[in-house]
Amino acid sequence: MQWQNWSAFFYMGGYGLYVWGSFGLTAICMVWEVVALRNRNQQALRLLRLLTQK
Amino acid sequence: MKINWFKYSSPQNFYPLAGRMVPWFAWLAALLTIAGLYVSFFLAPPADFQQKEAYRIIFVHVPAAWMSMVIYIVMAAWAGIGLALNARLSAMMAQALAPTGAMFTLLALVTGSLWGKPTWGTWWVWDARLTSELILLFLYLGFIALQAAIDDPRRADRAGALLALVGAVNVPIIYFSVKWWNTLHQGSSISMGAAPKMVVTMLTGMLLMALAFWMYAIAVALMRARCIILERERNSEWVKELVGAEICGSQTKTGVNA
Repeated sequence: MQWQNWSAFFYMGGYGLYVWGSFGLTAICMVWEVVALRNRNQQALRLLRLLTQK
Repeated sequence: MKINWFKYSSPQNFYPLAGRMVPWFAWLAALLTIAGLYVSFFLAPPADFQQKEAYRIIFVHVPAAWMSMVIYIVMAAWAGIGLALNARLSAMMAQALAPTGAMFTLLALVTGSLWGKPTWGTWWVWDARLTSELILLFLYLGFIALQAAIDDPRRADRAGALLALVGAVNVPIIYFSVKWWNTLHQGSSISMGAAPKMVVTMLTGMLLMALAFWMYAIAVALMRARCIILERERNSEWVKELVGAEICGSQTKTGVNA
């Protein structure tokens, strides 16, 4: 174990903002993309249901 | 056993297949990410001599940059196949890959910027590696915008394919930029045929993260391909039957919501 405690882990030797910023942004983008695609799929199906019911 | 691959070149047969494949790739991506993050933060060496802990950005920056180039090549290949064989599913695959490729390019640029500030002292320099990667982002955005601007989807496919194929010349330029020009960006960390210039745990972390990004990209591209198929084939009989069956019967059997 190379980290003394959790705060040392988040501090990242003073580079916390850069390191966690990089990983955090990547995570946000990925989660957002999956959520957006699920919505797009639901939207497409909703439209198709309207079209077929007519 | 002989598999008829051409069967899956029709959107009708590909749609349910893609739906079954998405969860597998999604789970693989999740597991590899957990393993990759564990290696990156707990097994990889404590701090780089010069860069201190900021070096850990490598575990997200390099895989993202790799994916930005790999996805472009795959996208251009699909677009080329679509153009040559007049196959609409290939064109749809190219279309499905573009936004994910653009996202990884943006992430490579932003994480690179976040790495550059503490180590180089600047967010951005107009050096060959950074500039050619920025051009890659513009190529992705240009491809997406061009397709969106043309109403007839088949014409949009052809125009997009030409742009994607011509733009592919940029990928080797990005890759070799650190060799061809004197750049501030460091040379490649891994090269074919030479022993890697880094600790094994560091290399493992990077490769695990890269594999995770691969699996993620495949899962997301398949999800988007399914959306595109539904949107573009909405007037076809099979889509109407698919949705009709879902309205009449149970939703789970048809797998429409999967």
